[in-house]
Amino acid sequence: MDDFLLNFFSLDILREASPILIDGLISTLLLSALVVPIGIVGGIILGVASTIRNPWLRYPIAAWVDLFRALPPLVLLVFVYAGLPFAGIEVNAWQAVAIGFFLNTGAYYGEIIRAGIESVPAGQSEAARAIGLSRFQTMRLVVLPQAIRNVLPDLVSNTLEVVKLTSIASVVALPELLFQARQAQSVTYNATPIMAAAIAYFILLWPVVRLLSRLENKQLAGRR
Amino acid sequence: MTNLDRFLDNFFNARIAAQWAPKILDGMGVTVLLAAAVIVAGLAFGLGLAVLRAMGIRPLNWLIIFIVDLFRALPPLVVIVLLFFGLPALDIQLDGFWAAWLALSLILAAFSEEIFWAGITSVPKGQWEAARSMGLGFLVTFFLVILPQAIRMVVPPLVNRTIAITKGTALASVVAVPEILGAAQSAVSHSFNATPLTMAAAAYLALFIPVVIAGRWVETRFAWKR
Repeated sequence: MDDFLLNFFSLDILREASPILIDGLISTLLLSALVVPIGIVGGIILGVASTIRNPWLRYPIAAWVDLFRALPPLVLLVFVYAGLPFAGIEVNAWQAVAIGFFLNTGAYYGEIIRAGIESVPAGQSEAARAIGLSRFQTMRLVVLPQAIRNVLPDLVSNTLEVVKLTSIASVVALPELLFQARQAQSVTYNATPIMAAAIAYFILLWPVVRLLSRLENKQLAGRR
Repeated sequence: MTNLDRFLDNFFNARIAAQWAPKILDGMGVTVLLAAAVIVAGLAFGLGLAVLRAMGIRPLNWLIIFIVDLFRALPPLVVIVLLFFGLPALDIQLDGFWAAWLALSLILAAFSEEIFWAGITSVPKGQWEAARSMGLGFLVTFFLVILPQAIRMVVPPLVNRTIAITKGTALASVVAVPEILGAAQSAVSHSFNATPLTMAAAAYLALFIPVVIAGRWVETRFAWKR
């Protein structure tokens, strides 16, 4: 038991490591604030484009979405970070993460938003067109708001996954929370910094998990 | 050398591809093995937790909900790293493969428990009442009447979640498991060429594109309707 406390909950180590852990936490928050909007914008573009009834647009987009949903995010990230320099394009860790997340989480958000748009009855856009709204206005003012409300739990769930996924940026040496914790662990030979990082993630994300359970139950009750 | 030649030489180099193909194929074997082990353990453990939760023992349910929330909130890579670097301090030696297996199985168990539970609670009360009034016991009702309907209803989210977590096997490369990505990264550093990464991407696509398409099919086949 003493061994356990000494190796996972050492206060001395925590005190020593806390400045760099806090730096890491701030980077994680910044990173999330960067990649979530990037993914949502990509997702809206893909989602809206995939509902346009034009085979020259539809099938390439479906293939694009399937491609980037099939590749594990870490594979994509390593490919961008370690691969692009071979093509003469130097990217730093932040750029690599931004590109990788745009491709990967954009595809996931795109699938969700497409499902949302398809769940809005056709009568809604017909009525909007009939009272004189343009196609763009119809999508922006009538269809999308309803679509997003219909798939809100999925959007929240995906956003939670994206924030968790920022931890893979540690693999390309971006100094976010997990990276800093591993640095501290390798210097101190003690697992306390990693434990502290895990606890920080949990405190940060537990409210979202709770909210999600509530949203999902509500959705399920609505279907009954 | 034109730019295109240089690009092809760096990403689609036949000589390097031939040289490292066996390593990447070995990596595919490791990935498939790890994925299969995670799916079996994760779904079994998740179903077990959901069944326990259906027994309605209050303190036990709080514990289950906490464990589920915990592994839904923690990033998979954090769990893998914690198990891999932390457990040796307790004299428990886990190699990278089993650390990744344990972490991903716990996470899949948490997510699938939540999904199974949602299915169980969405079976109408009348099913319980009808079965009980015919004289079936609690356990018989649960296992023969409720659970089959519940599972059928949650197949699409379950399949999607399982696919997503299975892709996390690539994270095992961080703890030195020679699965596809790990094998490719060591090949890149030996050959100074990005071709092994192209091969790794192709290997994942070969494994997961059929799975993603099958997932889409399952989604329409088991769509929410009764």
